[in-house]
Amino acid sequence: MWAFLHRFASPPHFYRLAGTIAPWLGWICLGLMAGGLYGGLVAAPPDYQQGESYRIIFVHVPSAWMSMFIYVVMAGASAIALIWRIKLAGIVAVESAPIGASFTFLALITGSLWGKPMWGTYWVWDARLTSELILLFLYFGVMGLHAAIEDQRTAGRAAGLFAIVGVVNIPIIHYSVEWWHTLHQGPTVTKLSAPSIHVSMLVPLLLMAVSFKLFYVTVLLHRARSGVLERERNAGWVRELAGRPESD
Amino acid sequence: MSAFAAIVRRDLLLAIRHRAEAANPLLFFVIVVALVPLGLSPRRETLELIAPGVFWIGALLATLLSLERMFRSDFDDGSLELMLISPQPLPLIVLAKILAHWLVTGLPLVVAAPLIALLLGLPAGSLAVLLATLVLGTPTLSAVGAIGVALTVGLRRGGMLLSLLVLPLYIPVLVFAASAVSAAAGGLPVTGQLYLLGALAALSFTLAPLAAAAALRISVS
Repeated sequence: MWAFLHRFASPPHFYRLAGTIAPWLGWICLGLMAGGLYGGLVAAPPDYQQGESYRIIFVHVPSAWMSMFIYVVMAGASAIALIWRIKLAGIVAVESAPIGASFTFLALITGSLWGKPMWGTYWVWDARLTSELILLFLYFGVMGLHAAIEDQRTAGRAAGLFAIVGVVNIPIIHYSVEWWHTLHQGPTVTKLSAPSIHVSMLVPLLLMAVSFKLFYVTVLLHRARSGVLERERNAGWVRELAGRPESD
Repeated sequence: MSAFAAIVRRDLLLAIRHRAEAANPLLFFVIVVALVPLGLSPRRETLELIAPGVFWIGALLATLLSLERMFRSDFDDGSLELMLISPQPLPLIVLAKILAHWLVTGLPLVVAAPLIALLLGLPAGSLAVLLATLVLGTPTLSAVGAIGVALTVGLRRGGMLLSLLVLPLYIPVLVFAASAVSAAAGGLPVTGQLYLLGALAALSFTLAPLAAAAALRISVS
């Protein structure tokens, strides 16, 4: 088991494997996204209360899910990198941060575009919006810390530790801002017994959610590949790849 | 335990020898609070409404400004490295540094609080609650801040980055403390907020030294 994991996580092996998988995932993601967008923007009926403008949830809700999912992945990968010293996990953590920050930003932007016609304002100091904004700051903190430290190894480990500290704090921050009475609507999909969303809207939403996840994995694999190349630029296999002789 | 006492004693001695430097956070706090009536409005009703928030934002910023001192000078003169290689458990040493930092910056805020409350026109009835939030909340600020300083201590220009790292983590303290003082001014019960502040203090004092110790090992290597 350990031998397999180490072999899998060895940079040259990962570089090759990721190069093979990434295009496949990318195409599947594109297909699902096309299906989800068609289902959400064309096939699904308009909402009886919110009319057409509810359709932004097909982008907003999956990006909000991704913003939290990626943070947890980042913190988990950081923990693996710090405890077992697996280089690849550190690369995954660091390369996840900008993607997660982009999804958080997308969730905030689409949310405020939706809020204008629905709530009559682009921004309210509501618990979920505030938590999402703070999540964005935590992403910026991870990225800023990584960028500020020159030594790549130290930078990765410091940013990883901060990601773990952040993941402990996210629930506390979330519940502390929930202290205020909140304007955001409650969860509608995760109520397992009877989702209060119609199936013609639920299916495209889930399609979009899966395609966003695949998008993340695809982009992450590409970013991690270049990250591996950058960090291993002096290793023999990278020199071979670049067609440069060993000797210089 | 003797190492713990020795480090607290040493940091307090250093603070007493550099009295002017140690007084800066408190002066900064007073000035920030004094700017608010000048910038907004000296009207009594306005001030009463915003006083809890202004007070706590001032405390947050004053703590933030003084955080670097926790490890910076030790890093510069090399004593931090000696602490890292000493046989004493590093989290204990960090806890001592946090305690010393609170005694130098948090405690003066508590002592000066009644005076500032007077300036801001806070109702006398909520003064006790304000002091309680400060006693429970400022140790958390020192403890959580220690993680941020430990991560940035090796950087030449870590100041701005430090605030980006630490301020989001300060939000729960700000929310609960300011809402407790507001509630007290309105005659509402505040035990819930105070319990939560106490819980945050307990949590940060148990976990933050561990995280800060790990961070120090990363940044000083």
